[in-house]
Amino acid sequence: MRFSQLRRCTLFFSLLFACIAGPVAAADIGQVKVAKGQVTVERDRQSLPVTVGMRLQPSDVLKTGDDGSVGVTMTDNSLLSAGPNSILSFDRYEFDTTTNQGKFDSTLQKGSLSVVSGRIAKQSPDAMTVRTPGTILGVRGTEFVVSAGG
Amino acid sequence: MRAARVLAITAVLGLGACAYNRGSVVLLPESDGRETAVTVTTGEQKVVLDKPYAGAQQTAFGPRAYQSSLQEVAAAFGPALAAQPARPQSFTLYFVEGKDEFTDESKQVIDGVFAAIAKYPVPDVVVVGHTDRVGSDPFNDNLARQRADTVRAELIRRGVAPENIVAVGRGSREPIIPTAAGVAEPRNRRVEIVVR
Repeated sequence: MRFSQLRRCTLFFSLLFACIAGPVAAADIGQVKVAKGQVTVERDRQSLPVTVGMRLQPSDVLKTGDDGSVGVTMTDNSLLSAGPNSILSFDRYEFDTTTNQGKFDSTLQKGSLSVVSGRIAKQSPDAMTVRTPGTILGVRGTEFVVSAGG
Repeated sequence: MRAARVLAITAVLGLGACAYNRGSVVLLPESDGRETAVTVTTGEQKVVLDKPYAGAQQTAFGPRAYQSSLQEVAAAFGPALAAQPARPQSFTLYFVEGKDEFTDESKQVIDGVFAAIAKYPVPDVVVVGHTDRVGSDPFNDNLARQRADTVRAELIRRGVAPENIVAVGRGSREPIIPTAAGVAEPRNRRVEIVVR
């Protein structure tokens, strides 16, 4: 009797916890504005085709094929665009639209990338970094290109 | 002797190719003359790029500074640069005192603003309403919101998808021209539109 009450209680709290901690709509961090050729996004261990207008979420990883390229505009107005055979991951993105403060770290694992930095980089130096294997770029502003072998 | 020279040249070429494969960074010229710089750090070594086409190549010995060029960047980064989204743009529309009606001047520029927004393939629009400091805070918060909603409704009427527009009001908290309470200031009665 007491055991079944305990189990019911456990079940109740598990369900309650599931409701609280359950799937929360991830905040958009940016939007795909340009997509040509083969472009996919790795999200929640799935590979999804990328289309123009798609919104990006934290931890997304963009991949382009031999003929692929992709351009995204972040919510802080940063512009990132990758050429063919690229892997670009959004490691960390936080942006407060009221104060313009934030943190933006991404990694170009391979391929080519053009960057126009936005409000995050403008507010504080080193708030925006782009990594490649072995290298860290600190972005003071504003436009540059970077490639990574691999 | 000759063999040694060939070997040396091969080694240099090999290093060069190696450097190229590992990647490079090039700072581009800034269109509006703003300060611009990128730091390139590998382990303890750091190179600062702060001139147009200043570049750094990643080598086995750390980042190596070099001077790149428009031609080299265009050849190596053509597809990435071609995929760059349109630059975000901002516009300001002004309002009649105490109302959510556009001023006559703003009515004349409004077509141009919407035409610019229409050029974005998937416009993402942020609309922020503001007031001057005539009236109470609750009144101004409501009025700022109404002004933003007026612009939002106009954007939807002209074909922008509602889910791509965020409209918010900031009341009198963010003036362009700071004033004392109760002062009418036309430049603060505005809606700022950012499209990206």
